Amino acid sequence: MKKLIITLFASLILAPTLVLAAGAGVHLEKAGNDLTDKESLKRGFKAYIDNCLGCHELQYQRYNRTFADLGISEEDGKANWMYTGEKPGDHIKNTMPKKEAAKWFGTAPPDLTLEARLRSPDWIYTYLHSFYADEKRPFGVNNKVFKDVGMPHVLQDLQGIRTLDEHGNLGPAVGGSMSEEEYDTFVRDLVNFLEYVGEPSKLERQNMGYWVLGYLFILFIFSYFLKKEFWKDVH
Amino acid sequence: MFANFMAWIDKRLPVTDAWNKHLAQYPAPKNFNFWYFFGSLAMLVLVNQILTGIWLTMNYEPSGDGAFASIEYIMRDVDYGWLLRYMHSTGASAFFVVVYLHMMRGLMYGSYQKPRELLWIFGMLIFLVLMAEAFMGYLLPWGNMSYWGAQVIISLFGAIPVIGDDLTLWIRGDYVISGATLNRFFALHVIALPLVLVILVFLHILALHEVGSNNPDGTDIKKPKGSVPPEEQSKFKFHKQYTDKYDIVDAIPFHPYYSVKDIMGVVGFLIIFCWVMFFQPEGGGYFMEAPNFEPANGLKTPEHIAPVWYFGPFYTILRIIPDKLFGAIGMFSAIIMLFLVPWFDRGVVKSVRFRSKWHLINLIQFAISFIVLGILGTMPATPTNNMIGMIAAFGYFGFFVALWFYSKNENTKPVPERVSG
Repeated sequence: MKKLIITLFASLILAPTLVLAAGAGVHLEKAGNDLTDKESLKRGFKAYIDNCLGCHELQYQRYNRTFADLGISEEDGKANWMYTGEKPGDHIKNTMPKKEAAKWFGTAPPDLTLEARLRSPDWIYTYLHSFYADEKRPFGVNNKVFKDVGMPHVLQDLQGIRTLDEHGNLGPAVGGSMSEEEYDTFVRDLVNFLEYVGEPSKLERQNMGYWVLGYLFILFIFSYFLKKEFWKDVH
Repeated sequence: MFANFMAWIDKRLPVTDAWNKHLAQYPAPKNFNFWYFFGSLAMLVLVNQILTGIWLTMNYEPSGDGAFASIEYIMRDVDYGWLLRYMHSTGASAFFVVVYLHMMRGLMYGSYQKPRELLWIFGMLIFLVLMAEAFMGYLLPWGNMSYWGAQVIISLFGAIPVIGDDLTLWIRGDYVISGATLNRFFALHVIALPLVLVILVFLHILALHEVGSNNPDGTDIKKPKGSVPPEEQSKFKFHKQYTDKYDIVDAIPFHPYYSVKDIMGVVGFLIIFCWVMFFQPEGGGYFMEAPNFEPANGLKTPEHIAPVWYFGPFYTILRIIPDKLFGAIGMFSAIIMLFLVPWFDRGVVKSVRFRSKWHLINLIQFAISFIVLGILGTMPATPTNNMIGMIAAFGYFGFFVALWFYSKNENTKPVPERVSG
């Protein structure tokens, strides 16, 4: 009997490792972002508005929710974080016509509210590092993580451009206004913001989780002794 | 005051009698072990699904255009909407975890054997409806995996000769999966199937209390009336429905003994459940699959369409058979086999504790085969995986065939008269 239980549980524990072993793909760099770092989130929000929002909406996320979570006052938000006359309760959208955009880029730029949940923060971090010069593409760039992507290298002015050698390795970025470290931090902030937007209640969820688990552990002790007390007369 | 009130009620509806018959004076064997937690846990999860489901329904919009956005509305704008949604999504996976363990318990201790065949059938019907319920619920977030998962499964019905195409059209209500499909799945998911589920659970428990609970020894705690001297009978008071016909030994009233024990089980379960829900709500991509974070798109097939983990075993059986129709037949017969276990098993000894070594080995290989099939169901169908899947499917079906053969003249150990405690 014991053997059966042990075998069952051993298989259950081993199961995920088998599955993981099968899921090899592109090597992703660790984003190393920190959701509790509000300054980083604010910088990421700014970077998003300045560089991404023109094409990529966050159509499920509202401005005022973002302000509240990032510690931006509503006055500050209205004055410095909303450019085109939105109301604080509006979703973070742009005015790009979807149909035309699809013609320009081959496909309409996707909404990025859930990008970090769809592809993972590490994926976005690596993706934004993996553009390289490719004459065959319409915008002169390709991406190692997302082959033949329709998006131009929007951050080229900041990062510069990398080249791909004959072994498929990316060279250093040349001609950007930022140093490598500055660009890493810039992208990390952006990824941090996107992870936040993917699930704004994530920190609240984890925080509540500790309290709930703590409560349950104490309750378990009580329920154990309650059971023991009741079962005293069972022989 | 309260006594008067209860007397007034009892004259009109036998509430106290039902309470005694099913809880306070229901004789439960005193030797239930760890495996006996999962029935009450399944009830707990059912209640969780119904309650969170009601509140989710208040904010969900069942339409092709609005469904995906309304889920994000629940996640962001509804107070504690994220909690309700994660309780529901984690609950779906938890439901299958406890139900699979509950079924394994039944197999280990022979809880399907005479006279509990109908009880087992009701349980299997619950399992079947639960799978339909989960399948339809999975379409509702209207993510891309929702869409393509449903596409794959509904297209199976197209493999049925002659009526296949018309049947799939009838199920979908459209030529492709569309808002029409979403609407009918919503109706079935929130009212039709839950109603059936609750009725079946009611019948399952009624049938259980009619025949009485089995236990890890498989020894009957109800002895023929007059065969047990009074000092050896259980000292507790049981309902006359049980004591009129039987002498009851080694039993305790369900309430309070198993109700307090189940509270402990519930809290233990909730610790694991809440750990997943608060810290791993995506279940490592198995409870919530990554492609479901983009809206349904009929033009964009996910790289690798995988069903949610709990359908894995059956999905693998479907996939390893190259022909679609035979694959579907294989998949459905895997479930039908489970229905027929009470008749595959021709033995009279119930518990694995007193059956042959072959039975123990058969049970272990069955559990392993089932888990392997489940793992393969979430992985891409490579030739190697299909080969392993074939072996595991052979183990799965082989369990029933082997059981039928060896159970006729099985070399069993003597079953003790009384439970071992």
